[in-house]
Order: sequence, then C-alpha cells, then structure tokens
Amino acid sequence: MKAYHKVLMIVAALSLGLLFMFPMWKIYLKAPQYPEGLELHIWVNKLGGSSDHVLQNFNILNHYIGMEPIHAESFAELTYMPYIVIAFMITGVIVALIGKAKLVLTWTVLLMVGGAAGILDFYLWLVKFGTNLSPEAPIKVPGMTYIPPLLGHKTLLNFEALSLPALGSLGILLAVVFSGIVYFLSRRSDKANKPVNSNKAFAT
Amino acid sequence: MENLFSKFKKAAPAAALLMAVVAGAGLQGCSKSGGDGSAMAEGLSSDAASAVYVAPGKHDELYSFLSGGFNGQVSVYGLPSGRLLKIIPVFTQHGENGWGYNEETKAMLNTSHGFVPWDDLHHPKLSRTDGQTDGRWLFVNGNNTPRVARIDLTTFETVEIMEIPNSAGNHCSPYPTNNNEYVIAGTRFSVPLDMKGGTSDVSLEKYGEEFRGSISFIKIDPEKGDMDLDFQILVPGFDYDLANGGKGPSNDWVFFTTYNSEQAGTLKEVGASQNDKDYLAAVNWKLAAKYAKEGKAREMPANYYHNKMDKDTHIAKSTVKKKVRYLLPEDCPGMMYLLPAPKSPHGIDVDPSGEFMVVSGKLASAIPVFSFAKMQDAIKNKQFDGEKNGIPILKYESVLKGEVKEPGLGPLHTEFDGKGNAYTSMFVSSEVVKWKLNDLSVVDRIPVYYSVGHLMIPGGDTKEPHGKYLVAMNKITKDRYLPTGPELAHSAQLIDISGEKMKLLLDFPTVAEPHYAQAILAEKVAPKSVKFYKLDENTHPHAVKKEADVSVKREGNVVRVKMTAIRSHMTPDNIEGIQVGDTVLFHVTNLEQDWDVPHGFAMMGANTAETLVMPGATQTLRWVPKKAGVYPFYCTDFCSALHQEMQGYVRVSPKGSNVPIKFSTGKKKQNIPGVASTQ
Repeated sequence: MKAYHKVLMIVAALSLGLLFMFPMWKIYLKAPQYPEGLELHIWVNKLGGSSDHVLQNFNILNHYIGMEPIHAESFAELTYMPYIVIAFMITGVIVALIGKAKLVLTWTVLLMVGGAAGILDFYLWLVKFGTNLSPEAPIKVPGMTYIPPLLGHKTLLNFEALSLPALGSLGILLAVVFSGIVYFLSRRSDKANKPVNSNKAFAT
Repeated sequence: MENLFSKFKKAAPAAALLMAVVAGAGLQGCSKSGGDGSAMAEGLSSDAASAVYVAPGKHDELYSFLSGGFNGQVSVYGLPSGRLLKIIPVFTQHGENGWGYNEETKAMLNTSHGFVPWDDLHHPKLSRTDGQTDGRWLFVNGNNTPRVARIDLTTFETVEIMEIPNSAGNHCSPYPTNNNEYVIAGTRFSVPLDMKGGTSDVSLEKYGEEFRGSISFIKIDPEKGDMDLDFQILVPGFDYDLANGGKGPSNDWVFFTTYNSEQAGTLKEVGASQNDKDYLAAVNWKLAAKYAKEGKAREMPANYYHNKMDKDTHIAKSTVKKKVRYLLPEDCPGMMYLLPAPKSPHGIDVDPSGEFMVVSGKLASAIPVFSFAKMQDAIKNKQFDGEKNGIPILKYESVLKGEVKEPGLGPLHTEFDGKGNAYTSMFVSSEVVKWKLNDLSVVDRIPVYYSVGHLMIPGGDTKEPHGKYLVAMNKITKDRYLPTGPELAHSAQLIDISGEKMKLLLDFPTVAEPHYAQAILAEKVAPKSVKFYKLDENTHPHAVKKEADVSVKREGNVVRVKMTAIRSHMTPDNIEGIQVGDTVLFHVTNLEQDWDVPHGFAMMGANTAETLVMPGATQTLRWVPKKAGVYPFYCTDFCSALHQEMQGYVRVSPKGSNVPIKFSTGKKKQNIPGVASTQ
C-alpha cells in the first residue's frame, strides 16, 4: 500500500465524523396549517429538528391518531450507535496504518453491513410507530396506518411527508467510497509489485 | 380615431358625474340616498384598487399604529391595505384576552386613585434612534388619569405604565427625543398643585394665581426601554396641547403649543379664545437635564404608581414613587422661551430639516412658520416682548419665517414628506392641504370625509419621512359606510402623496377614535416578532412545566390549582374538594411551544373575563364559587380539531364539607404528549 492510499483510508475513517456534525436523516412534514413546515432530524446520537420543540409538536399532532409519543430515550440505538461509529473510525485508522488491502475490504464490507442494518432498524421503527396505534385514538380511519416514508414522499391525512438522507449519511457514503477506492488501488499496486518482487527473487 | 374614442370614453364618466352632481343639486331635498353618489368619486385615483390591494397571503408594506382614543387601546393596521391586524390593550380592561382582569395584569392599571380600568389614549409615538423610528417600542399617553405606557414591539404587549404626578389631562404627551433620551409629557388641564403630591382645595375663582401646568421628562433606559421620571418643569397655568421635538440644528429643543393663555377657568370655549395670540413654548431639554443634574432641581413629595410587566414571570408589579424633582423656569435662564402663536394653536410640527416649526392654529386664518435660526438670533439679541413667570416672550416678527396664506379653515396638524412639502389637516373645511416649505405656497388640496383631525405620514414627524402615503383620521363619518345606528365607526383615509397631486386611495373604518398614528416599514418590526414564549424561561412562581407536576392545594380559604393546557386537554380536568366561598386561583400554564397556539380558560360564573394564555406563559383566573354544585370550565380559543373536547369540571361542596381535595385527568395513563419535552 502506498502512502497516499493510507492517507485516503484515514480520510475515509474520519469522514464518519460527519455523523456527529450533521443529522443522518430528515423527515419533512407539511400541512395546510403548517406553512412553515416541521422537520424531524435524526442524528446518530439524538433527535432534533427545525426548532427546539419539534418533537413535542410532532407528538401533539401524532397523539390524535394514537401514535406512541416519540422520545429520544426510547431509542437504545442513540446511546450505542455513537460508540459503533467511533469504533469504525478508530479501526479505520488502524487498518490504514497496517496497510493491508484485505483488511480494508473487510472494514468496508462491515461498514456497509452496519449502514444497511441502520437503515433496516430505522425502517422497523417507522413501521412500529406507524402501525402500533392506540385503540383509544380520537381519530381512527379504518384501515389507515401512518408509516412515514423511508425515502421519498407520502401523503398521510393532511400531512405531506418527505423523508431524505442528510449530510450525516454522506459521511458513511464517503467512507464506503473512499475505502473502496483504497481497496482497489492498493490491490492493483500490490499485484503490480508482486512480479517485481518475484523477479528480484529470481535474480538472486 | 381610436385615440379620440378612448379619450372620450375616459371623459364620459367624469362628464356623467358632473351632470349627476348638477342634477343632484337641482333635485336637492327630494333625494333620500346619500353616500353612493355624493363625494365618493371625487379625487379618487383610477388605479386606487391596485394600489391598496395586498394579495391573499401577502404582507403589507407598513405597520401603522392608530390610537383608540376613548377605548384606551392601540389598533394596528397594515398599510396600504387598511386591514386591522390587532388591538393592543393598554389602559382599558380587555375581556378578549383577560388584560386587566387576570391576576397577572391587574396591577398594570393601578394608580394613586386606585384601579382605573379605562383611559383615553391619544398619541402613539415610536421610539427613535438617530431621529428615525427604530421599531423597538411604542409610547402612548393616557389622557384622563395621566399615564404614559410603553408597548414592546417584539410582543405587541404593553409592558410598562407610569402615572404622571402633578398633571391633569396628559394630552401633550408622549414625545420621544431623537435617541430616546427622554419621553416628554405636558399637562393639558392646569391644576392648583399643593406641592405635596396632590392638588389643593382652592376656590375655582383662583385659576390665575394658583393653577400650574407641568412638563415631565421621563428618562428611557437605552437598552431595556424602562421609564423613570427624571424631573418636571412647573410652567404657567395654560393648557399645553401638543409637542414636537426638534431635529438636526434644533435637536436639543422641544416645542409645545399652548392655549388658554387667558387662564380662564370656566366656559373655556369662549374664555380661552379671547387672546389674538397664545404661545408656542420652546424648551431646551438638554439644558433642562443639565440644570436638573447640577442641582437646580428641587424636590417635593409625590404619590404616583409605576407598573411594570416582568418578562419572565409575566406578572405585573406596581411600585409607588414618593417624590419628584422639579425645576422652575425662573431658576433656569435660557431653558425656556415663549413664541407668540395665533389663536389657540393645536399642532406644532418641526420639519425634517429641523429648521421650521409649523404651528397649526385651529382658529387662525393663516399657518405661521417659525424659523429656528431666527429664534436663536432673537434669543441672542434679546428681542423680547415681556415675560411670563420669568420666561421671556420672543417678538412674533423676530422668529417668523412667514405665514401660509389662506390655507383653508381650521388647520390642526402638519406632517412632511421629506421632499420639501408639508401637509396640513383642515378640520373645518374638511380637507388636506399640501404646501411648499420654501415659499409657503399652497400647491394642492384634497377633500376628506369628514372633519379630519390629525394626519399621519409614515415617519412624517422624523428626520426621514417615508413620503409615499398619508393617512387622514376623520372625526365624522356619516354616510361613508353602511349605517350602524347612532354610533358610527370613525374613518381613516389613505392618500397617495408620491406624486404632484394627492390621490385618494382608500377609506377604512377604524376602532373607537384614532387621534393620531404612527407607521413604520414592516421590515423594521416583523423580523423581531416573538412567536411564543419559551417554557424554560417562564419563572412564574405558580407555573408547572409538565403534567406530572400539576397540583391542587388548599391554603386556608384559598385553593391553588396549578394546571396545564396542551392540545387538546387540561390537566387536571376533574377537581373535587372545593368549598363554597373558597378563593380558587387557576394558574394555567400553556405547555405548547409552537406558533399561534394560545389556549383560553373560562370558568362558569366567574366574576371576571376569560384569560387567554400564550404558549409558554402562565396566567391566573380568580373564582369564588357561591353555591354548591358542579361547574364546567373550558378552553375558549379554537386550538385544534378536539378543541370542543377541551373542558373539565369542578365539584363545589358546601362550606365545611369533608369531600377531600382530589384531581385527575383521564381514567388511565394515556399517550398524552404534555409530559413530553420538558426535561
């Protein structure tokens, strides 16, 4: 592995840091009486939004249809996910220092699996909140569930919901792309180097 | 051909109107219908509708603040649409939101005369920075029981009301200086001061010897806006009518019109109209402040209330001030001068350059324009014509720039467009007259309907007017709108003053009686408008910030209910253990943290108004049940789809009953979000 491969691998590991600077996902809600819109921001370690009180306002609107109130404390993920991300960042740097292509590949695959697991977990939460409705809900529409879209747009009663990955997720994408590049480049250079080494051996 | 045809088409309605007017005059006495033909089209701009049309969902260019006169409130209208945006309660109890009824705001209306739940609000004045409106506060006067109030323009709420001692008829008020150094308030009804904080019990024959006026100098905290009565000047017993601050070269001066220099104490309509000239009083406020600071001020006992709304507890508190400092003009040379001004002047208006003082004498046939530079010379050269209470009277001719000849009848008040023109309202001839400041020639006039009092150009009393619109505030409406019985709305008229000729754009009915108004570009105020109060910053002693903390506690005969409201329930909504004769205090905290979600609270049989609680705030409704039984309460502001369900019950048992205090919401734990976000 060449020096610049190592640097790129470190960059890949550190780009996960974006997860601590920006939300991973954003859910936008718009309704006739909410012209300014409501935004729920999902971070790796917390829930936030377009204002300090988005969660309370989400919950007020959701309680009419009998949805469980959303509290950051209900999600164990928000407690352990940051450690996983930090672990990926540290191991990523170590992998870069060791400089073995196979380790890079392993790290990349694990990160992709982790990301996919995160998205699956997110989807399962959406289904849980959208379908686990109180039988005492003031507003009941027969057959209606309220699963927000995982990606893209959906109409839920008077609300238009739009769900999109945010800058934090870009961190994961960059990490995967960079480490993938490192793997391919370093594999190629390793291959290119090998015959040189065997020639040398042959010569001696 | 086509051109000619279109010209004819344009002229045809005018010709038809002319014919209608002529025919109408011929048929006078037979015609019953007034209103739709009479004066309507005259002066009306052909593109008036588009000039005032603000499309649905769009915002007005300006906020205007019109005083409510005898309703004691301020009305906020958007311009140019003339749409009413809000009524801000100030001096009068306002059942609509509980102002002056709920426990938090009652103290705002305390005075040395006790609780005074009404006043006559005449003059709004916007706070200023560098001689321009800065959009921070609006100062207003209470005329009847002398008071000055401050409205915060981030919340559009009255936050401070101060009583003015040694005053009666606080009409000449409140006038801010160019950087809010002082707000100045003069007395219209001179009274015999006993120099102990009250008026003396003297014969009404003794007006001339005993009666005095006062001018109060209220210091404004430059950051918070808090008022503090710094000192007063005790002045001769005239009627001080209106005031206006200087600007530019005259920055240090403030000018007051006076009438009743005859000092009549009865039948003033005749008695105060005898002298051919009354006075314009000029006061150097900077020098006055200096004199007061340097020990010229004396002190006398006083008794006046100062009421302030705390921004975190939302509770008003009264303090009683026990003394006041005062200056006597005879002790303070150079501080005050009198300029003779024709007959019972009303408006005094200083032009944007600060050089010309325009005096509108409502009984005078011309409008005198005084020159500040000439006034300075006259003072230097001692061109005096006697004195009054040690105050030199300047010679009329020595200070006069000139007179606007034959302007109309009953000139009342003048404002400026910043382009060298002045506009004067004519009460008697019911018109607005435009004239040039340089040669004092009348250049245009437009009728108004009817009997205009003050007029207002946005910033027209400041260094930099926004000379696009003029609002005329008319005292008489008669046939302008659909009739509504004997009592009619007063009327405002919006006039386009951007061109050579004035153009009438819009009539809009107003609330109570606007005496004067202010307007400001929306961009100076709107971005700072508060959307809701932060629950975290609410320090009301009886606030509860989550439903788990609500309580009902008996303290002797007083029962405190600390409760919450959130869409769409109140906690608790079942209360038992109240007894006949208890004083029940419902401290309602609105847990919402969203824009435009107030909750109201009303209790059946309570001898008070509802209270309307803004998101994040706490307000208290007091109730003394008189009979045993069950009493419902409910939310009065349509807050949500389940607003109708937002109600509860209180059980009242006979005095001495053994029903224990008990309270709850809902039979079992539910998914209610009120407990959500307050960790």
